[in-house]
Amino acid sequence: MPEIKVTPLGAGQDVGRSCILVSIGGKNIMLDCGMHMGFNDDRRFPDFSYITQQGRLTEFLDCVIISHFHLDHCGALPYMSEMVGYDGPIYMTHPTKAICPILLEDFRKITVDKKGETNFFTSQMIKDCMKKVVPLNLHQTVQVDDELEIKAYYAGHVLGAAMVQIKVGSESVVYTGDYNMTPDRHLGAAWIDKCRPDILISESTYATTIRDSKRCRERDFLKKVHETVERGGKVLIPVFALGRAQELCILLETFWERMNMKAPIYFSTGLTEKANHYYKLFITWTNQKIRKTFVQRNMFEFKHIKAFDRSYADNPGPMVVFATPGMLHAGQSLQIFKKWAGNEKNMIIMPGYCVQGTIGHKILNGQKKLEMENRQTLEVKLQVEYMSFSAHADAKGIMQLIRMAEPRNMLLVHGEAKKMEFLKDKIEQEFTINCFMPANGETTTVITNPSVPVDISLNLLKREMALGGPLPDPKKPRTMHGTLIMKDNSLRLVSPEQALKELGLNEHQLRFTCRVQYRKTEFTIFIVFSSSYLVKAWLVLKGYTIQHLPDGTVMVESIVIKVSSSAEEPNTKVLLLSWSYQDEDLGSFLSTLLKKGLPSGLSSM
Amino acid sequence: MASQFSTNASVTKTILLPQEEAPAKKLRLTKPSKSAALHIDLCKASNPTDALQYLLHFARSSVEAESVEGVVRILLEHYYKEQDNSVRLKIASLIGLLSKTQNFNPESILDDTLNTFNTEKSHQVLAQLLDTLLVIGTQLPESLIVRHRLIEVAYKHLSDTYFGVRNKCLQLLGCLGNVDTPLNKDGQGLVPAVIGGSAPGVSGGVCVRDAQSLISDYFADQDPRVRTAAIKAMLQLHERGLKIQQTIYDQACQLLCDDYEQVRSAAVQMVWVLSQLYPESIVPIPSSNEQVRLVDDSFGKISHMVSDGSWVVRVQAAKTLGNMLQVSPHFLEQTLDKKLMSDLRRKRTAHERAKELYASGEFSSGRKWADDAPKEKVDTSAVNLIASGACGAFVHGLEDEMYEVRIAAVDALSALAQSSASFAEKCLDFLVDMFNDEIEEVRLQSIHVLRQISTNITLREDQLDTVLAVLEDSSRDIREALHELLCFTNVSTKECIQLALLELLKNLTKYPTDRNSVWKCLKFLGCRHPTLVLPLVPELLSTHPYFHTPEPDMDDPAYIAVLVLVFNAAQSCPTMTALFSDHTFRHYTYLRDSLSHLVPPLRLPGRTQAPGVSGIEGSGSVESAQLFLQQSLSRISTIHNLQDPGAQDLLNFTIRDLQRLGELQTELAGAADFSATYLRCQLLLTKALQEKLWTMAVPLCLKHNAMATAAAKQMLEETYKLEFLYSGLENRQVATIHHVRLQAKALQLVLTARTRRGVEPLISVCEKFLQEVESFQRLFVVELPHLQESFVGKLLDLSPKLSACKPGELVKILQTTLRQSGFLNLQLPKQVQRASATIIEPTGESDNPLRFTSGLVVALDIDATLEHVQDPHNTVKVQVLYPDGQSHVIQPKPGDFRSPGPHRHRLITQVYLSHSAWTEACQIEVRLLLAYSSSRLCKAVWSDSSTEGLQPAEGATEGTIPFGKPVKVFIMPKPARR
Repeated sequence: MPEIKVTPLGAGQDVGRSCILVSIGGKNIMLDCGMHMGFNDDRRFPDFSYITQQGRLTEFLDCVIISHFHLDHCGALPYMSEMVGYDGPIYMTHPTKAICPILLEDFRKITVDKKGETNFFTSQMIKDCMKKVVPLNLHQTVQVDDELEIKAYYAGHVLGAAMVQIKVGSESVVYTGDYNMTPDRHLGAAWIDKCRPDILISESTYATTIRDSKRCRERDFLKKVHETVERGGKVLIPVFALGRAQELCILLETFWERMNMKAPIYFSTGLTEKANHYYKLFITWTNQKIRKTFVQRNMFEFKHIKAFDRSYADNPGPMVVFATPGMLHAGQSLQIFKKWAGNEKNMIIMPGYCVQGTIGHKILNGQKKLEMENRQTLEVKLQVEYMSFSAHADAKGIMQLIRMAEPRNMLLVHGEAKKMEFLKDKIEQEFTINCFMPANGETTTVITNPSVPVDISLNLLKREMALGGPLPDPKKPRTMHGTLIMKDNSLRLVSPEQALKELGLNEHQLRFTCRVQYRKTEFTIFIVFSSSYLVKAWLVLKGYTIQHLPDGTVMVESIVIKVSSSAEEPNTKVLLLSWSYQDEDLGSFLSTLLKKGLPSGLSSM
Repeated sequence: MASQFSTNASVTKTILLPQEEAPAKKLRLTKPSKSAALHIDLCKASNPTDALQYLLHFARSSVEAESVEGVVRILLEHYYKEQDNSVRLKIASLIGLLSKTQNFNPESILDDTLNTFNTEKSHQVLAQLLDTLLVIGTQLPESLIVRHRLIEVAYKHLSDTYFGVRNKCLQLLGCLGNVDTPLNKDGQGLVPAVIGGSAPGVSGGVCVRDAQSLISDYFADQDPRVRTAAIKAMLQLHERGLKIQQTIYDQACQLLCDDYEQVRSAAVQMVWVLSQLYPESIVPIPSSNEQVRLVDDSFGKISHMVSDGSWVVRVQAAKTLGNMLQVSPHFLEQTLDKKLMSDLRRKRTAHERAKELYASGEFSSGRKWADDAPKEKVDTSAVNLIASGACGAFVHGLEDEMYEVRIAAVDALSALAQSSASFAEKCLDFLVDMFNDEIEEVRLQSIHVLRQISTNITLREDQLDTVLAVLEDSSRDIREALHELLCFTNVSTKECIQLALLELLKNLTKYPTDRNSVWKCLKFLGCRHPTLVLPLVPELLSTHPYFHTPEPDMDDPAYIAVLVLVFNAAQSCPTMTALFSDHTFRHYTYLRDSLSHLVPPLRLPGRTQAPGVSGIEGSGSVESAQLFLQQSLSRISTIHNLQDPGAQDLLNFTIRDLQRLGELQTELAGAADFSATYLRCQLLLTKALQEKLWTMAVPLCLKHNAMATAAAKQMLEETYKLEFLYSGLENRQVATIHHVRLQAKALQLVLTARTRRGVEPLISVCEKFLQEVESFQRLFVVELPHLQESFVGKLLDLSPKLSACKPGELVKILQTTLRQSGFLNLQLPKQVQRASATIIEPTGESDNPLRFTSGLVVALDIDATLEHVQDPHNTVKVQVLYPDGQSHVIQPKPGDFRSPGPHRHRLITQVYLSHSAWTEACQIEVRLLLAYSSSRLCKAVWSDSSTEGLQPAEGATEGTIPFGKPVKVFIMPKPARR
């Protein structure tokens, strides 16, 4: 039986370092190649030794697909392609291809330049890696090789995020990457057609959340920021350089404009300009509003939001600062946080999910004292707020996507095990499909039932239709006779005559013959008469044609019934019954009927 | 395919055919008939391409009804000969076109058309032929036999393998088929119910079924286009008034999950139709043994479609939800709750259920960190994530990506909220949230919707806060809509009032052009919440118990705004006036006079009021004003003849009274103005007819003549104003107005006769006048009894004599009749409204000239409000008058008109100015004109009377009435630099 195997190397019952291996129809595909935010050792990258102990990965992988540019989905890419070794194609959408190297470079800088790590990938490696990238367009079917094709769908989440459909023959897998089913201020909602994949691999970050309407969220967010700024406090919003940051910027920008506020808004990183440049560029990937209005004014040209300088953090008075990274695990956001944590007037708004082990996760869980490097402790006095702005689908969104795609099996990744469990139950109960949630390194095997396409000759179909009366009902299977020819890797169904002709064979007729002897003449004649009458009556009812030939023979379709007297025994009458192979059913029925009708029937073949 | 496209293209062209008939008739004498020409053309055609060209050419010309049959025969003759599919297809489409010819009975070509089906093999042509049959069938809706034959054909071809043929067959069935009507027991139902029943010989194999079950079979067709066509055909049946059986409900519901969006979209409509037909019938819920009302079930299903993958379907679903008013309240309220539920079936509300689940920690709202850590499990089986429920439908709809869906959802909310007060209360938060939508259209729409439902609700402070934040919006439309909304809102606390006032004042300083709108808004706010304003008064007027505060500036719009609020509140709160300081009273009197539409009359203790108007003002109510109006009019009615002594004085006084009344009572302004204008006309007539002057010799009274001519002209103008400027007139008044017009024309005639020598010109004038009298008689037959004593009445008594007599005599008769005829009393209809226009922008106050290079154009923004104008898209025009007397009339685009409220329109447009160079800046005048055309109005009014009686050319006077104050704008065209 053909089967599809899915093995998460990362993101199995976990968030971070997404990396999922899929074997489908003899092809091996790697979906995403991310790093883990919570670790600084080997665990930060997926364990590629699972694929092979030594040597390069090229011969084991047919392609690598990156769903979007977040580091937990693409952070290990240069490591994998350059350090472990992979030369095959890497697929990603245009915006991802544009933004991904910037983030990788930033990540490299932090790790190598700041933390002084060695044995890390270099700028050149990033460049080399990006050379292997093949860009994808939305809804464009790309043939990786003769059999494997992939197609990208819009996923929301961040600029350029895509869901991918991987298809080999009639088997298919859809990997969602991260996606968002509700549109936000700058991106639209994920969409997929009813592609009915064999497996839908979905993220499940918010498996147990049903979020309020986004308008409530926006209002709450603005209110909190507004209040803090009014009373002179500073607001820190840790974000990743791209994605939520842009949404929140648009939100605050319009709010500032509307309320005519004066407090400065800063964006902390030099990445902003570059990033915003790409947002301006890939306007087709944004939502309806921005696409429609960019002619008048590109929404990403901010008026109130300025670049941040390190020294501004000590300025008195209210301000709002967007700082990277989003989980407070390193970098500028952490520095600013340290400066502002002591003042209860200030506020930190965590707009998204925080991985376990990060400071963001700790303060959200209410820790008031943090242990920093050098054995210092930091007291957290500022207000900690959490607003779920991260653009992942909530439970309802996941359900909605399942309803849209109608998969045969479901596989959950990118989420916490406990929450997944809950969602898994829900899915199984709601859609009555299998749902899997493999851990890292655990392989899930799904047996598929692929349909085998067969070319059928038109003549055969027409003949069948002529027999069958009205149009075939697409809902019901129908049997038909034909010859299946398997030749040159193709399957064809043709009529037997044509098959014979093509194979250059003569047609042999197979006939069954049966003799029935009757002893007593008068009685026999009566029997013959009555039985044929019986037969006739029955056959007429069934709609078979019956012919009486002049020599006393009766023809039912191809079956010949003949009465003859044998020369040796005049008392005996012999009933000859002969039918062709095609009418086997009818023939055998007739023979039994005639035999049963005899008081002392003898038969021989 | 290409040929099919060209066919379609020509279809649209040839609709113009009937209009070209007139010239064709003239040519017929000299030219051979159309059919012959076509025949020759077709015979000449050597190949299909040529033939197609001829046919295409032919399709552009017109064919008279008599020759259609001949043409069709020739076409069919050629049809049988033709091998090429595209030509046959074109012929088939031409037959369909031809059968649409006016005055042609397509029944005569039916047989021939049907015969073509026996030989036709091409599917495309078959589809086109069926389309032709559809045309013929719709032309002959009464003929049962024709219908049965057509349906029979459709039935025969339903099993065709080509989807187009099946589509057309279904369309035919939908348009012509019948549904079995079991109620019809007396045998009448037999024939229509049976397909082919009327021709039993033919229909040996055709089973006897009604159109509905036939069509519903194709709900499961393999081709999505056919499925769509089947649903559409079913909807067509419904539209034709046939009752659709409930049995297809399940099928329709299954189609909601179809793979194709057009099928789903149509299925939504289908389910809705069924829910409207059988709202109360009970359907079981699958996988449980409970039952719900059908309308609730379908509501749930359609709600589900709001989160469909295709936005077309989402729009359709959201719109449809708004039309399902019979749905049970608890289902309705679920639409606003996104929280899960499995609970549809029981009577507990969704909210309770959601709260429970929330408390049990199963799902988090995403507002708090870690509140989604799974605790103990609730009964998992009871939780249904995507229940067949309506849950959250509107939450989804309102945050949809496409603004089309959001607007549809807002509209639906509005419709549902208007029918259910409790729902209105609940959806308030959502609507208020929509004020922050990123698309202006959506914001505007939600503001409008909130206004519509605001009678049902009271805004809380936080909601008001959100609402008021929008006041700073830079879009004028939004702000004005919001002002409109605030006029109708109820608020709960005095803080709310203060907040609203503050924000409105902020708005006023930011956008001074909003002045009028803000004042109006405060007027209503004050009226609605007198008790809430009361505690704020000292603060608002900045009075102090001991100290005198400086007197505020009377010209400050903000101060006026505050006063408007306070005075309107004081109207129903007598204790408030005690808090006023001296200058407030002074300001009151000033404002009462200058802004009487904003400041109501107050009963002020110890204040003497203007003596003249105290009678009206004191009572202040509309009823008393109405009474006064009636009294004045009845006083007038005592006048029998205008030549009576004292009549003129009475008229003069009454006109004055009415004018004043109109100013004071805005509700009656229309009626008062109308009567005043009418009386003024009468007064003018009387003055013109003063006896002693008429007896003088002509040369001696040139001055009088001039005066009388002017009077006649003015009267004419006034009558047009009376007729077209006021809405709500009844036939009676129109007759009266026309009567005055006749009088004016008679006066003109008499004057012409007096001043001019010679009979020749007079004859034609007299004839014209007599024609007018005649048409008046024809138009107002019903009203004639009321006009016995009047000018026309008397004239008509003499009518046989009139037509015979000479112009000189006629003039004499007219002169005497004019003078002797009695005064025609004016009967006022219930509601008369005067059309009015105010140009808000340009204000005309600017001293900075608009500079532009001469010869080029400059755009001038115009913003005006129109009240009580019917059909402004066609009637309102902008006139620009240049100082040199040049004038341009500009017709604004229909899109420039918005309708912010009932009977109100807003014109925001740009007019383009251009002129040759001037030496210095000069003012141009911009004004609004109301265009009228008497013929159009007559037709509208007299649509029931025979149309041939109206000769539009004769009675039609087209013209324009200036209305509203003109505005002057400085412009300065500079010579171009070389």
